[in-house]
Amino acid sequence: MNFLSLYVLIPLLMLGALWACRNTRQIRGVMAAGSSALLILSIALVFLYIAGRRAGNTDSMLFTADTVWYAPLNIHYSTGVDGISVAMLLLSSVIVFTGTFASWKMSYQTKEYFLWYSLLSMGVFGFFISTDLFAMFMFYEIALIPMYLLIGIWGSGRKEYSAMKLTLMLMGGSAFLLSGILGIYFGSGATTMNILEIAGLHNIPFDQQCIWFPVTFIGFGVLGALFPFHTWSPDGHASAPTAVSMLHAGVLMKLGGYGCFRIAMYLMPEAAGQLSWIFLILTGISVIYGAFSACVQTDLKYINAYSSVSHCGLVLFALLMMNATAATGAVLQMLSHGLMTALFFALIGMIYGRTHTRDIRELGGLMKIMPFLSVCYVIAGLANLGLPGLSGFVAEMTIFTGSFQHADPFHRTLTIIAAASIVITAVYILRLVGKILYGDPVNPQHLKLTDATWEERLSVICLITAVAGLGLAPWWISRMIGESVLPVISQMIP
Amino acid sequence: MKFTIFILLLPAFSFLLLALAGKRMKPAVAGGIGTAVSGIVTVLSCMTAFLYFGAPRLQDGTHAVLIPYNATWLPFTETLHIDMGILLDPISVMMLIVISTVSLMVHIYSFGYMKGEKGFQRYYAFLSLFTMSMLGLVVATNIFQMYAFWELVGVSSYLLIGFYYTRPAAIAASKKAFIVTRFADLGFLIGILVYGYYAGTYSFRPDMVALMSGGVAMLPLALGLMFVGGAGKSAMFPLHIWLPDAMEGPTPVSALIHAATMVVAGVYLVARMFPLYIGFAPGVLEAIGWTGAFTSLFAAVIACVQTDIKRVLAFSTISQIGFMITSLGVCTSLDPQQGGLGYMASMFHLFTHAMFKALLFLGAGSIIHAVHSNEMSKMGGLHKYMPVTHIVFLIACLSIAGIPVFSGFFSKDEILTACFGYSPLMGWFMTGVAAITAFYMFRLYFQIFWGRNPRYDHTPHESPATMTFPLVFLAAATCMAGFIPFGDFISSNGTAYHIHIDKITAAASIAAALMAIGLAALKYARTGPILPCGDDLPDSARGLFPALHKAASHRFYIDEIYQFITHKIIFACISRPIAWIDRHIVDGFFNALGWTALITGEEIRPMQSGHIQQYAIWFLGGALAITVLLLLI
Repeated sequence: MNFLSLYVLIPLLMLGALWACRNTRQIRGVMAAGSSALLILSIALVFLYIAGRRAGNTDSMLFTADTVWYAPLNIHYSTGVDGISVAMLLLSSVIVFTGTFASWKMSYQTKEYFLWYSLLSMGVFGFFISTDLFAMFMFYEIALIPMYLLIGIWGSGRKEYSAMKLTLMLMGGSAFLLSGILGIYFGSGATTMNILEIAGLHNIPFDQQCIWFPVTFIGFGVLGALFPFHTWSPDGHASAPTAVSMLHAGVLMKLGGYGCFRIAMYLMPEAAGQLSWIFLILTGISVIYGAFSACVQTDLKYINAYSSVSHCGLVLFALLMMNATAATGAVLQMLSHGLMTALFFALIGMIYGRTHTRDIRELGGLMKIMPFLSVCYVIAGLANLGLPGLSGFVAEMTIFTGSFQHADPFHRTLTIIAAASIVITAVYILRLVGKILYGDPVNPQHLKLTDATWEERLSVICLITAVAGLGLAPWWISRMIGESVLPVISQMIP
Repeated sequence: MKFTIFILLLPAFSFLLLALAGKRMKPAVAGGIGTAVSGIVTVLSCMTAFLYFGAPRLQDGTHAVLIPYNATWLPFTETLHIDMGILLDPISVMMLIVISTVSLMVHIYSFGYMKGEKGFQRYYAFLSLFTMSMLGLVVATNIFQMYAFWELVGVSSYLLIGFYYTRPAAIAASKKAFIVTRFADLGFLIGILVYGYYAGTYSFRPDMVALMSGGVAMLPLALGLMFVGGAGKSAMFPLHIWLPDAMEGPTPVSALIHAATMVVAGVYLVARMFPLYIGFAPGVLEAIGWTGAFTSLFAAVIACVQTDIKRVLAFSTISQIGFMITSLGVCTSLDPQQGGLGYMASMFHLFTHAMFKALLFLGAGSIIHAVHSNEMSKMGGLHKYMPVTHIVFLIACLSIAGIPVFSGFFSKDEILTACFGYSPLMGWFMTGVAAITAFYMFRLYFQIFWGRNPRYDHTPHESPATMTFPLVFLAAATCMAGFIPFGDFISSNGTAYHIHIDKITAAASIAAALMAIGLAALKYARTGPILPCGDDLPDSARGLFPALHKAASHRFYIDEIYQFITHKIIFACISRPIAWIDRHIVDGFFNALGWTALITGEEIRPMQSGHIQQYAIWFLGGALAITVLLLLI
């Protein structure tokens, strides 16, 4: 137990405190305090981590701690972080924080809503701090279940259908995952579930790897919106309430990419090298297919969901390129996509909350009615299409440069196809922006709508600051991630 | 030269200030901040130029290349990283002058032109953003920094074209400009990636060791792809379609971005990579030259039949950039005395063109401001009402037509000399295009300032001083810029080159221009009653070349082709089917899985009937089956 466990403890305390709350004000107080504490913790962690590295600590994980949990099966509660998980923890806490403020006005069953919301964030944080296969899996499941209720109860549209579909597909993914984890455990013949120790042994036989790598990769890939297992995403996002969409697209989908890298590729590097081409093709399809699909959607959330398929596809795509630059780019893309998608969903939620429609054919001229939200929407769009100075550019350029280090025609072709997605992204983003924000208001009833409230502004400004901060000063985080992907990459290059 | 960092920081600062706090400012304050910053940047740029060119030359006769700042911004690998910094060499210093001067003039001019517009503060914020990005582009120390700022100018252009965001035409134009240039930038990006991989660096000087180990063959590809990006920004055929539409933006913006600075970024890119083009890809350079030549003719022909004053100028810009590109393309060596003249000529023309084309656009803005229309048919006889605008417009027209003492003559003459040096065909071709240029410019001039007098709703009047001052300033620059010993500062290998006028070339081009002007005067200078529209010369040419005229007025149907590709192919044939497949086949499969589970459940549910007899039958049957199985095995 060390201070990393605060990431689990704070949400637990929040759960307890929420339980005792009697009115909305108290609930809001607890949520604001808890999510701010998590955000501060993450910022402190970044500084501590960088200080630790500066001090010359070259372990692959810092702040490790280990507690035996269930000895007969060698399950430990072990924690530790490297640059990748620090980045992910920072991302998660930013999104939990802004999500809290984005759902400030939640009025239906408020207490229950925030209870599940806190439980979900606990699962997410627990996943990123764990270094034990089983603990990771458990936290992963903790993050999934609340999603079902949050969408099913507080969602909109075909919420039961979407919640059911999302949960079943992700559960299917975790079934794969569980067998993958067991395969790894028994395949390595280890007496531990600790990832670092299994990686240190590096002894899973190749023929076993060839079975368990695809299983694990698909298991996580379902969550990372790997084609063709991405279809839960459009429906799920469309039905989810604002903060849940934010958390889901912003953080939960990153669990997929993180798991693929940290478990599937780290522990079974030979099979990853052997089979990467299959998944490269699938992710390449994701990238371009998501972008094209987004071009013709008419629901704001569907556009964003398909855009997420495209951008998350790029994450897995870059990971499978298996070199340090591309992997750094993948993590940067996780960060960048998390932030800007959360921003998008927050804004869509705010617009939907006012206009009660997400159909772009019924929206228009919002720039005149709600200038603040509209300008932020344009900024989110520009980040999405990779404008320099915002986060998307940094991530995409790192990925493309990394992918281009492979000189063979197969990788080259895929890289160029993936790079072409930046043009299609521009097409759907500008179409959307032109349609809903510019022009004259199409619906006279919209004229009396108001612009953002203070808590909405806080949430949105916080996200934009993060997006711009990452885009303007990328070097420190790129270095931090760059040195952390090396242990995994060196595992793959014997 | 440490102070040069403020050339970038100040506009960035004023952008942030105006973007965040502009709404709470009075319009005049916001405009004042933007203009003051722009003024300081101009002073700093002039100081930079003075100090830079004033410094003694190196021993080999070139100006030193200075890099006052350079820091790693985003590391990729050991050798590849994006740096952000400032590089000063003759062309970047020249560009600093051009950009800051035109930007300052536009800032001042906009005070009058944009007065009372809603979003005045936003306008100045975007102007600052553009100025910062464009300055960052030209001082880039490496190709990736250039790309980053390249995207930023693209976005500022997008924002400014779409400034009147409630006008459908402006929205469509801004979208088109961004997407077309984005498409071209994809080529640029891939070119950069190829270059980075084989040259082992993103800086402008390739790592020779890396290059020699197999990269030389790939360099032409990289440079060719980079030019695709340049062609997009510089509106070369067939990527020119966004520029005429971009005229939907406010006119000062057209002057700054779509005439003087951003659209020459492609020319600047080729000039920046010039040693590589000459050294490794002369074939690509030649292709670039012909692209430029074709574009210049193509756009000049279209300009002859346009009726919107800004469109004429837009096509004229495309055509003039074609001249610059051609001039670079006809270079065959780095020596300005032998085949490298075009480099100097191109930069010279870029410089003079920036001045007189900005002047033309600002003059057009002044006219539009007075008559409230872009259509030439709504104008006529304006020389009486707008004397200042008339004189400066005439100066600009004479300059672009290549009449001596005006700056355009000197730079165009150098270009034509370079073209004749390359091949007589190219030389005569470009002389012909120059004649067409003179014709359409004077068609414009006579129709606006002379010719018939339409019925004005209210009498046109001269523009306020904030607008006429920049006009007079730029007109003075246009008159004098030709006498700058440009070759002393910039030449293909950096050594001083003394400009001399080639008499035969000059005589030929002047004769051609005068004839074209005479023709235009004959047709359009007539006063008197309104004549039937058949009087327009291109209209009377309709009888002779009906197909050509029709095609030219439809801009050779390039827009329609793009329309077809985007709507019919990308949207209807790719996106829609993909979206359908996703919902019905991919998703349908998973839904089918769900249904299978449900139906199976429905089917086997009756087995759990609760009837003991039924269970007993199942039990006995099962036991029997297992026994038989065991016996058989």
